[in-house]
Amino acid sequence: MATKLLIDAIRDTMFEEMRADERVIVMGEDVGKRGGVFRVTAGLVDEFGENRVIDTPLAEASIVGVAIGAAFHGLRPIAEIQFFDFIHPAMDQILNEAAKIRYRSAGDFNCPIVIRTPYGGGVHGALYHSQSIEAIFTREPGLKVVAPIMPSDAHGLLKTAIHDEDPVLFLEHKKGYRLVKDEVPDNDGAIPIGKARVVQEGSDVTIITYGMMLLESLAAAKKAAEKDGTSVEVIDLRTLRPLDRDAILGSATKTGKVLIVHEANKIGGVGAEVAAMIAEEAFAYLDGPIMRVAGAEVPAMPYSPPLEHAYLPNQEKIGAALDRLAAY
Amino acid sequence: MSTTSRGTTVRLPQLGESVTEGTIGAWLKQVGERVDKYDPLVEITTDKVNAEVPAPVSGVILEIRAEEGNTLPVGAELCVIDEGGTAAGTLAPAAQPPAASEPASRANGHGAGTRPPRAGGGEADVLRTRSSPAVRRIAEEHGVDIGRIQGSGLGGRVTKQDILRYVDEQHAAPPTPPVEVAPPPAAVRAAGRAIEEIVTGPRPGEIVARPAPQPAAPPPPVAQLPAAAARPEVAIWEGDQVLPVGAVRRQIAEHMVRSERTAPHVTLWMEVDMSGVVASRARAQERFRQEEGFELTYVPFVIKATVHALREHPYVNAVWDEERIIRRKAINIGVAVALDDGLIVPVIKHADDKSIVGIARAVRDLALRARAGRLTVDEVQGGTFTVNNPGTFGTVLSTPIIVQPQSAILSTEAVVKRPVVVEDAITIRPMMNLSLSIDHRILDGLSAARFLGTVKHWLESVRPDTPLY
Repeated sequence: MATKLLIDAIRDTMFEEMRADERVIVMGEDVGKRGGVFRVTAGLVDEFGENRVIDTPLAEASIVGVAIGAAFHGLRPIAEIQFFDFIHPAMDQILNEAAKIRYRSAGDFNCPIVIRTPYGGGVHGALYHSQSIEAIFTREPGLKVVAPIMPSDAHGLLKTAIHDEDPVLFLEHKKGYRLVKDEVPDNDGAIPIGKARVVQEGSDVTIITYGMMLLESLAAAKKAAEKDGTSVEVIDLRTLRPLDRDAILGSATKTGKVLIVHEANKIGGVGAEVAAMIAEEAFAYLDGPIMRVAGAEVPAMPYSPPLEHAYLPNQEKIGAALDRLAAY
Repeated sequence: MSTTSRGTTVRLPQLGESVTEGTIGAWLKQVGERVDKYDPLVEITTDKVNAEVPAPVSGVILEIRAEEGNTLPVGAELCVIDEGGTAAGTLAPAAQPPAASEPASRANGHGAGTRPPRAGGGEADVLRTRSSPAVRRIAEEHGVDIGRIQGSGLGGRVTKQDILRYVDEQHAAPPTPPVEVAPPPAAVRAAGRAIEEIVTGPRPGEIVARPAPQPAAPPPPVAQLPAAAARPEVAIWEGDQVLPVGAVRRQIAEHMVRSERTAPHVTLWMEVDMSGVVASRARAQERFRQEEGFELTYVPFVIKATVHALREHPYVNAVWDEERIIRRKAINIGVAVALDDGLIVPVIKHADDKSIVGIARAVRDLALRARAGRLTVDEVQGGTFTVNNPGTFGTVLSTPIIVQPQSAILSTEAVVKRPVVVEDAITIRPMMNLSLSIDHRILDGLSAARFLGTVKHWLESVRPDTPLY
């Protein structure tokens, strides 16, 4: 066990898995010689060589497409998209090819790739270095989407993703890379995909969240407990598709009041699916409306610092929603 | 213009580009007068122009804040207009009922006093009269009328916490119907084994079996209790009398069901030789009747014995709270009082402060006021142990039901002269049975028997010179 930053947990996991299985390869823009623009892949090419750590051209569709082809031939590629904002050219490969191949070939082919990419804002990244567009992918059957924020979760889920026989989109919050740390096991502690984590138990209101909003939610919950004695249960989804039905419904029936928080936009976001699930399957236990706090409904996160701050949810906005819901 | 919770303040406008003040002329409207929007309110004279200030809103003049002849700067307050009610359909923050805005009331008890004011039309009415699915489900499960509950939620809404609290805090929790049919077989078997254990003790090497029916699994959180199963329709036959179920009866029924459903009941009995108490009472009766104006009964002796036993066995004066056990410091004895149409259990608070006579006075006072319907809410709450007296109706054994959330209840049965064996000779003694029902989640046969034994021992130690004061 060691205390690690998110970025180190991810990097160390790749080292562990590449040492354990020579079929695991990494490919993406600047991942080799440069070690990745965030340094996530630093050192990999020195140990594993250019055949297994591949610097690709600036061509996202090809990065994913080549990874898919390599996977068909028995490799286990980890394809990196340098910023989630750049993934759009690769969407056809991800959604139409990788996600559908097992179904389409009646199981003759499968695609065990991991697509890793930094997402999220609050780093003055502006329009094309801040996006949280997971909702486009979480609606795709055949694809798994995970977004751990705690380093131990990133370690455990990346291991599972690499071993998964089907495509996994692995989202890494860029603000969390050097901000979030916790105890990470050495080379074990694989975490199953599709399981959320109850970070703190409570009885009055549930907050369901993921990413950096977990930290904001915990801060808001602490303040509400101190100020009003509100007992808040906080759940980190960790996996965005498939959602952990048991955790979500279990908590909703327990407290009857649910607040969903995510950085991504509200309309059509992951929170909308969680809310619909609760309304459909836990209706009789609801004691208040299902509420969501999300990023502003504008085309992109602004560059201007006060506007970026206004765009993002934070503990004050979460706290205000918590108060309204608890008082309902 | 600014908006307070009820009125709009009209201020002196800037009547010309460089005008900084104006003199109030004649008021064209008075306090209490109704005005329409744009009606002229008051004449203002400035050095540039004379003008009238129009009403910015419709309403009634609440207050005039500028006198005729005053010269005031631009922006000064002229008057306040009450628009009468907030805008329909929206919940203005000021209209929020006080109970909902106080965190304490949400966390602690239902709001005391009057109902919170309506937030005015639209959504607030819906909130107050409708309920969330969770609240409706709980209401159906417990047969509760939501309209009877004080709501601490938005718009006076009854929240899940409110209704759960209401269900728990039901007053009038009478523990025993005066005459009962044969006790359920399970309880008899269990109690029988308990008595055997007390009398014979475990044989060497024998494992002492728990004298209770299998304790129920901890009740599931309310969220998982199944909805009330559909009841089969009961047919009415010719000549039947169909009566409505009154509020008291319903509350008794709710409490009994809940008590039996949550606490696995076991009843233990002990026989008490009351000759000492009988003698003491007889000796004190005449003076007592003269000084107090009523008769001294055996009940204060039993309560005193109970208080003593609770001090000796504090684990009985406790509450089962799922994850923890709360041992109460205060000894508050509930005393069941029979009414015409049911029972009520007023509480003697801090009964350990009182002497036998003090207890007698308290019981008398509470019983009289109970029958007159003049008990306060505080007097029927907060009991930590209950004593019941079905013996006055002639019973010799009973299986009382515990008053939630207490852990046990004691019933005193009739005092009957019986032939008993004392030092290998037969003699006649006034014997009284004590029936103790316990919640087997928190108490066991052995500890319960010890407690009951202490009560018995105290009563059997009463001498004529035992002080009553």
